[in-house]
Amino acid sequence: MSSVKTISEKIMSAHSGVEAQAGQIVEAEIDYVMANDVTAPLAFQEFEALECEPKRDKIVLIPDHFVPNKDVASAEQAAEMRRFVQKYSLPHYFEVGRGGVCHQVMVDEGFAAPGRLIVGADSHTCTYGGINAFSTGIGSTEAAAVFAEGRLWFKVPEAIDVRLSGRFRGLVSGKDLIIKIITDIGVDGANYKAFEFSGAGVANVPVSDRLTVSNMAIEAGGKAGIFPCDEHTVSYIQGRVRGEYTPVAPDPGAVYSRTLEYDLGDLDYMVALPHLPSNGKPAAEVDVVIDQAFLGSCTNGRIEDLRTAAQVMKGKKVHKDVRMVVVPASTQVYQQAMEEGLLAEFVRSGAFVSGPTCAACLGGHMGVLAKGERCVSSTNRNFIGRMGHKDSEVYLAGPAVVAASAVAGRIVAPEAIQ
Amino acid sequence: MSIMNGKAHTFGDNLNTDYVISGKYKFKTLDMKELSKHVMEDIRPGFYDEIEEGDFVVAGENLGAGSSREQAPLVLKAAGIGAVVAKSFARIFYRNCINVGLPVVEVDTSQIEEGDVLEIDIAQGVVVNVTKNVTLQASPLPPVMMKILSDGGLAEHLKKHNGFALDEGD
Repeated sequence: MSSVKTISEKIMSAHSGVEAQAGQIVEAEIDYVMANDVTAPLAFQEFEALECEPKRDKIVLIPDHFVPNKDVASAEQAAEMRRFVQKYSLPHYFEVGRGGVCHQVMVDEGFAAPGRLIVGADSHTCTYGGINAFSTGIGSTEAAAVFAEGRLWFKVPEAIDVRLSGRFRGLVSGKDLIIKIITDIGVDGANYKAFEFSGAGVANVPVSDRLTVSNMAIEAGGKAGIFPCDEHTVSYIQGRVRGEYTPVAPDPGAVYSRTLEYDLGDLDYMVALPHLPSNGKPAAEVDVVIDQAFLGSCTNGRIEDLRTAAQVMKGKKVHKDVRMVVVPASTQVYQQAMEEGLLAEFVRSGAFVSGPTCAACLGGHMGVLAKGERCVSSTNRNFIGRMGHKDSEVYLAGPAVVAASAVAGRIVAPEAIQ
Repeated sequence: MSIMNGKAHTFGDNLNTDYVISGKYKFKTLDMKELSKHVMEDIRPGFYDEIEEGDFVVAGENLGAGSSREQAPLVLKAAGIGAVVAKSFARIFYRNCINVGLPVVEVDTSQIEEGDVLEIDIAQGVVVNVTKNVTLQASPLPPVMMKILSDGGLAEHLKKHNGFALDEGD
């Protein structure tokens, strides 16, 4: 058996107690299991049928999809979550006003950390790979199984080595990198596999951008998207992280199923056209008129994203025919943005600013699209009907393009409005 | 598991879980019968009414991409779909189907057309296209998944074995 391992193989080995190799089935100890207001109720139902005590300290519950409650049905769903939390005295629950979009809360509150194995009943759980965790999305029944057992089975994934060099130009960011990767390999290009990022360019990708890149690993079918842990990671999680953690690096000579190489300096501002995240094109070639610009979500609702957008929009106004909706990803981000004066800047420019929630990202509330409307969005999916009517369109982009397009009234790169 | 019979309803590549059941309806998350009326509605309005109990959803590559919502396989089951058949599956959907007891069949679906009558033997991994008189051999289900599926899903598996029992009998 090879002693040379990828990051994925090392984290799986450490959590299963066996020398795990790609392709092997292992049963692993889970550090944390997360569920939100739409996936948790189904998990509760399955869990109750198992008639056992939950692994309290491992469970993190965060309402975010339809809160603050958008209607009576969503209110009932959120209430069910509270009842479960009270019934079992669960310590990790983040109420409206103290939480936000689940994946950002997992980072803000220090559950996500290097070397950990985290699962979540939401496909974008892969986000925490940005800080060197192995994290992946599961279904509600599996979440219930982890509530009960604290363990889950995995097929140890093969890894794709993504070697980065150079540094981003201007306000090009992690979003542009991941749209480019998905466009190159397709929406199932990483199915059953984990991306592992490497190379001198990693140091030039801010940690918030790494979280964006890892967040969208699933849009190529990826099971995870993992960055190495470096001094930027350590300073990013300082003051947030709970407990001890163990950074994990790949062994030299680890075996990858495929290698991709990107010079960050070659990347353009990218836009993924309807209706797949793999329909990427340079922003300058898109030029479509928009009705809405959405800035937020687990993909690009972090403080760094809001700073970028505010910088692009400074002294400018949202186009008269455009609604801009700004939704900071978490309470911490919201407060920070308030203290830095960013929210005031957005309001002054004519944008609508809301408290943290998933909002229109999945067509839930706060910015749902009418028939024929187009939205440039910092979110992660542009499927048919994703943000509203089946005949509406979503164009995925990074925060700089979203902000510039809100001002221009059409999709443009930020240089176009300078 | 017995042999299943039903009609094929065909879809293309990358049929994602948003299309199976839109995120817009997830606030009604536990009422599968109600949710199932909206199955595939953004890409094939009226699909719910086309389904007869035991029919199959037949797709191309990467069936079930996107969201981890377990409502997707549950809604298909509630709508009467007996199994999902595709050239390949996205991994979370694949696991979810097994966990809720909806059989998955990975097979070359290029010779299956809308309305073809299929006969599927899950245990043997054989799909017979009765209409076209063609027999297709499916990729075998991994032993772990066969075990969970034959126990009736993950919750039943855990109850039966008082925890995970994935190594036994492989």
